[in-house]
Amino acid sequence: MGHQLSGPTDPTRDAAWPSPEPRVGFFTDTSICIGCKACEVACKEWNAIPEDGLDFLGSSYDNSGQLGASTWRHVAFVEQSADRIEQARESGRKLVDLGMPSVGAPATAAPSGSAASSAPAADGGPAAEGAAEIPDFRWLMASDVCKHCTHAGCLDVCPTGALFRTEHGTVVVQADVCNGCGYCVGACPFGVIERRKGDSTVHNSGVAQKCTLCYDRISHDQTPACAQACPTTSIKFGPHDEMVELAEARVRELHGQGMTEARVYGANELDGVGGTGSVFLLLDEPEVYGLPPDPVVPTASIESNYKHAATAAAGLLAAAAFAFLGGAR
Amino acid sequence: MAECHPVGFQWVTEAKARGATVIHVDPRFTRTSAVADLHLPIRAGTDIVFLGALINHVISTESYFHDYVVAYTNAATLVHEDFRDTEDLDGLFSGYDGATGHYDTTSWAYQEPEDGAVAKAGGNEHGSSESARSAGEEHGSGGPALEHSVVLRDETLQDPRCVFQILKRHYSRYTPQMVADVCGIPEEDFLKVAKALCDNSGRDKTTMFCYAVGWTQHTVGAQMIRTSAILQLLLGNVGRPGGGIMALRGHASIQGSTDIPTLFNLLPGYLPMPKVGDHETFEDYIASITSKDAKGFWANADAYMVSLMKSWFGEHATKDNNWALDLLPRLTGAHGTYQTTMAMLDDEVEGYFVLGQNPAVGSAHGTLQRDALRHLKWLVVRDLQLVETATFWKDSPEVASGEWRPEDIDTEVFFFPAASHAEKAGTFTQTQRLLQWRHKAVNPPGDAQSELEFFFEVGKRIRARLAGSTEERDRALLAMTWDYPTDAEGEIDPAAVLAEINGRDADGQLLSAYTQMKADGSTSGGCWIYTGVFADGINHAADRVPGRDQNPIAAQWGWAWPANRRVLYNRASADPEGKPWSERKKLIWWDAESGKWTGDDVPDFPPDKDPSFRPEEGTGGPDGIAGDDPFVMMADGKGWLYAPKGMVDGPLPTHYESQESPVHNPLYAVQANPTRVIFERKDNLFAPSPPAPGSDVYPFVFTIARLTEHHTAGGMSRWLPYLSELQPEMFCEVSPELAAERGLENAGWATIVSPRAVIEARVLVTDRMKPLRINGKIVHQIGMPYHWGVGNEAVISGDSANDLLGVVLDANTQIQEGKLGSCDIVAGRRPRGEALDRLLAEYQSRAGVTAATGTQRPHSVDTQGDSH
Repeated sequence: MGHQLSGPTDPTRDAAWPSPEPRVGFFTDTSICIGCKACEVACKEWNAIPEDGLDFLGSSYDNSGQLGASTWRHVAFVEQSADRIEQARESGRKLVDLGMPSVGAPATAAPSGSAASSAPAADGGPAAEGAAEIPDFRWLMASDVCKHCTHAGCLDVCPTGALFRTEHGTVVVQADVCNGCGYCVGACPFGVIERRKGDSTVHNSGVAQKCTLCYDRISHDQTPACAQACPTTSIKFGPHDEMVELAEARVRELHGQGMTEARVYGANELDGVGGTGSVFLLLDEPEVYGLPPDPVVPTASIESNYKHAATAAAGLLAAAAFAFLGGAR
Repeated sequence: MAECHPVGFQWVTEAKARGATVIHVDPRFTRTSAVADLHLPIRAGTDIVFLGALINHVISTESYFHDYVVAYTNAATLVHEDFRDTEDLDGLFSGYDGATGHYDTTSWAYQEPEDGAVAKAGGNEHGSSESARSAGEEHGSGGPALEHSVVLRDETLQDPRCVFQILKRHYSRYTPQMVADVCGIPEEDFLKVAKALCDNSGRDKTTMFCYAVGWTQHTVGAQMIRTSAILQLLLGNVGRPGGGIMALRGHASIQGSTDIPTLFNLLPGYLPMPKVGDHETFEDYIASITSKDAKGFWANADAYMVSLMKSWFGEHATKDNNWALDLLPRLTGAHGTYQTTMAMLDDEVEGYFVLGQNPAVGSAHGTLQRDALRHLKWLVVRDLQLVETATFWKDSPEVASGEWRPEDIDTEVFFFPAASHAEKAGTFTQTQRLLQWRHKAVNPPGDAQSELEFFFEVGKRIRARLAGSTEERDRALLAMTWDYPTDAEGEIDPAAVLAEINGRDADGQLLSAYTQMKADGSTSGGCWIYTGVFADGINHAADRVPGRDQNPIAAQWGWAWPANRRVLYNRASADPEGKPWSERKKLIWWDAESGKWTGDDVPDFPPDKDPSFRPEEGTGGPDGIAGDDPFVMMADGKGWLYAPKGMVDGPLPTHYESQESPVHNPLYAVQANPTRVIFERKDNLFAPSPPAPGSDVYPFVFTIARLTEHHTAGGMSRWLPYLSELQPEMFCEVSPELAAERGLENAGWATIVSPRAVIEARVLVTDRMKPLRINGKIVHQIGMPYHWGVGNEAVISGDSANDLLGVVLDANTQIQEGKLGSCDIVAGRRPRGEALDRLLAEYQSRAGVTAATGTQRPHSVDTQGDSH
């Protein structure tokens, strides 16, 4: 059976592991994140990642900027006024009112235009709404990380085999295999993977680097460093299915409290990456946090591209042959 | 709390998930505000108005826990008729002396049964001597001494001289409207808090208050905390699960360093430091700190003190030599860190030890601190890194500006690298009084040593040099016990020190409870409240039974003083008859069948004392505790709504404006705390407050706080790249309105000017800072972290917010007003070199600031002329 490039699948089986472990992942519940950045520091400590610049960004309390070769966890800080909160609450509620699929069963129809945002949980209809007050102001904090996609663009374009699918369903770079070609950088729809800059004194400089979901730790039944350090359990780690269920249950709970801005991000296996391994609970549109609303791996369309290319090549060949034959006449 | 105690905040997150309401009151919108149900921006320094209005609300709506208040607090106790309140004297209590700024607290006492003269409770400690000794902390677990336990009570709470009625009158003008006018908190928001508080208190529910140095570091700091204590007592939230007041400590084991103190005025276990004149003999000393006629366990302080002296001096402490009291130094006055700084400036101090502290950055008025270091002959700095206090002589802001030249500074600096917490064993004591043992994970690198090792070695070497000396001054060092066991590498065993602190009986057996301590010299113990941590020869601080394997009290995780009790005064969790107030909030209760107190926690009460027991009037000590006196360390067995003794600035908290304030005190003619400790000096200037002229030169309030990413003065964070990159530069937070007014741009630079210093910071323009409407006038507050310092050694450096502060102290605690001050802010970077001093001077001149500005105290008042 060939390697599947799009649509629902179990990536570990798809990668032909003879005895795959259950697929694992994160659930990052941003509604209880306190922005302490312990995840960023624990990640760096465990994985021996170099310092990533001492620049003051003037972007609320975020001075890491974004995920990159030397920042594998990144906490975004978003300051919002009442009108923006109202919009978020409305947009979250609409996801339900549109008759989005309910929790438990996977999405059966991708919502138009927002494939990565799977349905907020609702029990067969609009969530029961409390009369939650809209505050004047809120400060959103959210810890971002590699999505360990079901269909990982980085992995699928890697020419050296440095990127591989682990037995846990995660995606890992082998620094000693990577030749630094950088194809993966453009293939990631989330902008996660990067080549590490720096001279030879910098560990793993020149090669692609990103979150390994602590491959070394989880291989010894340890929790990844970020989830272990998180004081409020905003970052949870476990079997992927359980994480998705937790996320959906939490959205249902928040909708019940009137916080209809809550929504799950990344758990929809019909989206452009076949569903992410890391799922999130967000309190606004993904763009607000710097996340793509509709991520698509470039390799998702590779089969149809090849078909088109083959058709075109056949046509060209036919035309050339015709011209040649015609010329010979 | 989420900002500075993110790990502890996990419990708040869990409580919230179980339905708790979280309310955050802070001038700034922090990480805590982000996840709270309600955030109230408050004008810094006005918490007594906010809390006082809650007291008024609770009393006027009769929302207090009536049965608890009557039985367990001093609400019913009558106060002496000579007492006059601030409501009578426009901001002063009776007994004020305008010449010294001190109170004679005699008239604050309880009414005497014979209605005679007011007894001098616990000896002769009031007025100036009390203030000088910093009375606030020294009563500690004992509470201030009363001569005896006999009080007059009116349990109908109607007598105009009972505490309840005095309290009611005192806070009657602290209304929601006053909160709006003074704190800038809208009435509707205040009422939301009041409702949540009352809804979540009572028989079935409890409310908890958490605070940190946002309350402590004010000239009214101790009284801010007292206000919340009054509120909690009224609501019945003390001694019950989920109640209480939690002090969030500044860093690890601050609680431990008060229990076994690094404070000038305390001995271990909150025994007061003896002082010159009043404490010539052991009997004088004991008589002044307690009375055998007072109720409770503090009446046995003599046993605790004798055991301490035996622990320190062994055979050299005997009944005949005053238990070696003469070997201890005696206090001549206040010797807090700021008095010492001033003494350094006056060349009265030759040498100084700085341990894990960075006063050049972390203490108020950095310029003054660094100047003081410059006056020393020698300075020892023990730290993980070469902090600014160790390098001030070569890279301080004053050296950078050319004001000082390193070659002119004579201070010899000795730097000793210190072991970190992972590199040494010992205990941390946290805010719940829980001792938790740490094991050493790795050996310290290079020459780094633990404090214990360092001082053990210093002691050995000094004693070796003094051997044979007959000098009087050397007696203490030669007489102390200094015989700790060492391991193969010669390192002292920290568990042996903890065992010594626990104490031993005459046979050398480890004690299991402080009640075993005797005043006859047969027992020893280094800190009586810690006795039991080594009961049965087991280091209970190292107990680590997981929470899931025990009840919610988790008595087998670490060890809490005293007696491994997790909730202090937990007798109050049951009603006067000994039954839990409610099933939901039960903790301990009276089991009539076995004739014992029982329950989930260790009872904080004589274990077999029947609830109906009533002592013969006047019985002192533990025998004097009635069956319904839950506050077993207080001299009258009750929780104190009104403090007849113990506070130097008033028996009830009263709102005074801060030393520097943007407004005139709307409540009283007295502007600032009349007892505040002032240092009137040309190098410690203060801005005028309205209505004085020049107050508009420094029109804004700066408020200083911490960030999650950094640790205090930066010694444990600015040297670490992983933390430095998360908050790389000093910044200030301003509202969009203030930014527009002063032309400040986000991510640009700003210069902040106070009467003490000019600093620069990057700018965050944010809706998290809100302009407040105070009495119709807009007040802008500027938020600033204080983690940066100027120097060359750290990964990141920057101007220090604490340079902006002046030195003015709370007279109860000698703690600095470190949270706020007045300033101006302008766009752009600060000038360098001489231009910097010119800018500072130009502002001072424009405001007309002199050494005397803001240092005036009110005159004495004739208290006899007034009547109720």
